[in-house]
Amino acid sequence: MTNEELEKIAESVRAERAKYDHEINVCMGTGCLSQHSDKMKEELVKAVEASGKRAFVRRTGCMGLCAAGPLVLIDPEETLYQHVRASDAQSIAGSLGGKPLAALQCNLREHFDQQVHVVLENSGHIDPEKIDDYISRDGYKALVKALTEMTPNDVVQQITDSGLRGRGGGGYPTGLKWGTVAKAAGSLKYVICNGDEGDPGAFMDRSVLESDPQRVLEGMLIAAYAIGASKGYFYVRAEYPLAVARLTNCLREARRRGLLGNNICNTSFNFDVEIRLGAGAFVCGEETALIASIEGRRGTPKPRPPYPAVSGLWGKPTLINNVETFANIAPIIRNGGKWFAAMGSERSKGTKVFALTGKITNTGLIEVPMGISLRTIIEEIGGGVPDGHTFKAVQTGGPSGGCLPTEMLDLGVSYDSLLKVGAMMGSGGMIVMDDTSCMVNVARFFIEFCMTESCGKCIPCRAGTAQMHTLLTRICEGTGTMDDLELLIELCDTVKETSLCGLGQTAPNPVLSTLKYFKNEYLEHILHKRCPAGVCNIAGTPAAKPEPAEVLA
Amino acid sequence: MAAFTPPPLPSDDKRWKIVAGTMRKNGFARHALIETLHTVQSSFGYLDNDAIRFVAKSLRVPLSQAYGVVTFYHYFSLKPPGKHTLTICTGTACYIKGTDQLVSAAEKHLGIPKGETTADGQISLMTARCVGACGRAPVALTDGELQGQMSGEQMLAQLERWAVE
Repeated sequence: MTNEELEKIAESVRAERAKYDHEINVCMGTGCLSQHSDKMKEELVKAVEASGKRAFVRRTGCMGLCAAGPLVLIDPEETLYQHVRASDAQSIAGSLGGKPLAALQCNLREHFDQQVHVVLENSGHIDPEKIDDYISRDGYKALVKALTEMTPNDVVQQITDSGLRGRGGGGYPTGLKWGTVAKAAGSLKYVICNGDEGDPGAFMDRSVLESDPQRVLEGMLIAAYAIGASKGYFYVRAEYPLAVARLTNCLREARRRGLLGNNICNTSFNFDVEIRLGAGAFVCGEETALIASIEGRRGTPKPRPPYPAVSGLWGKPTLINNVETFANIAPIIRNGGKWFAAMGSERSKGTKVFALTGKITNTGLIEVPMGISLRTIIEEIGGGVPDGHTFKAVQTGGPSGGCLPTEMLDLGVSYDSLLKVGAMMGSGGMIVMDDTSCMVNVARFFIEFCMTESCGKCIPCRAGTAQMHTLLTRICEGTGTMDDLELLIELCDTVKETSLCGLGQTAPNPVLSTLKYFKNEYLEHILHKRCPAGVCNIAGTPAAKPEPAEVLA
Repeated sequence: MAAFTPPPLPSDDKRWKIVAGTMRKNGFARHALIETLHTVQSSFGYLDNDAIRFVAKSLRVPLSQAYGVVTFYHYFSLKPPGKHTLTICTGTACYIKGTDQLVSAAEKHLGIPKGETTADGQISLMTARCVGACGRAPVALTDGELQGQMSGEQMLAQLERWAVE
């Protein structure tokens, strides 16, 4: 593949598009598909045919605004229709070229205007199962540029200049990681794409894999070139069947176009990828556990060092990056590291995709520049809390993160600012809670999650989370004492300091952050035996002296 | 060393050929264990002792390791599923939207705790740790099909239909 060949493909796609006056893009991400957007698309095809209008109906990936699905975007008019049913097909076809249908139109300018799409630039505009659609939007230009005009060192330098940090949650500088693997000794190296999105309440990776899989693959190819790897793995959750299907198709298409395999772009660069399915273990998001899982073993983490960059998959130097990190690579190479570094805040560059969910009007996927305030995200982009309820907290970072109260809403979102206030960037889950959520119960929910997901290898995490769960359950049931609270805080400290991997080290965060900002709710449960939000089922009279927590080992 | 000959298929059930196909594709490598178990589960619906034994022997993996892997990962099931399966998502977004009430309503209606199948083998009640459709919470899967904004009435009506279907 050369630049000329890419241009030829893009030209043929444009020529094909020029045959039509309108493009009808139908969202077929998981959210809209659950509302039968596939059947609606069939009806649209029939209706357009019957109307005799020159319009093309395209399947696309996620358009972001899941709350208003199924979504249909008409180009070039850029008319967005919401809650479209199969029965609306006739009228949509009829309105093409005329006035838009007011009843279906989605006018959420403030939702879209504040967003900056880098990772999601193609989502909702291309057919995720057609590589040529991707190529027509500058796809694979970055790969050709890297392979033909840049040395591996240049590539690493551009990524370093961009200031990109790992989007999986840790925020480790990507350029530094690449540089370490590139320098590691050995001729056999691996690249792994971490698509084990185990964080409940987050779906960024699923959406990117479903909407624009080629972009992730291109990022991986560039990484492989930069570090000198010839083999890669996509590790994806088995719970995401559509993402797996689209990724399988993506690899087939890339192979057909000569973008995977030997002598890619007529150079000496060889690379191939295989998909590995996760099997439902949150801990496998941790890189050493993920490697164990690819090797066919139980996903338990190993002490680091040695880091995977030196000794990873089958003992070879291995680069592991998250889906969203790889999705950022192609635009950085295309536009230069400086372009990327111009976006975002001081130490967190670029944009971040968030899954905005919970008690918020515009649930869905958003992409915003780093440094944007939580208030802008929640009140303007998210449209605020619905049904007359009041905002109570926003949870970021999943089970490793924290809950932030109203006072923190003006905080700019970045890796460091969130850490400072006891939360975490995490992979990008952002869950809004209103006055109907009990923060003690929320803390218990996350600890229960960590307890069941603990792999059991180290005692602080295995036994500590179980004890914390017992204590929190008691407080929720109204039988907790002030001594229990003290013990809980002490346990948080122990588990945080002595656990082997990130799961245990961050498991106490939801408890600590709710204790920091919502301590009065804990006190209400303990001292007055009442749940302010009315969530916890506290019996009229507290039970007799609680049993000491069982000792687990 | 003599070339390795994999053990014969447990029966002439055609699904074993699919399982053997996955192992062959991976050159009977030990690291193909999880891949192969995925194939068994998607072909048979669950993993029984015979299947685990067969896979372990074929891939020359100690039985303890194979069993360890099966029980470590939540996705693998050791019990056959019911005729119909209701999977309720219990991820954070669904929890905030009250999914625990859906789970307890389903448990009460079916008279079984989550993770179990009704005595007549008709309905399995499962929970999932987030299916990634948080924008449509609360979410449930009815026989694998995603249903967004699931209400209690909707869910119970589905269970009523399944009880006789």
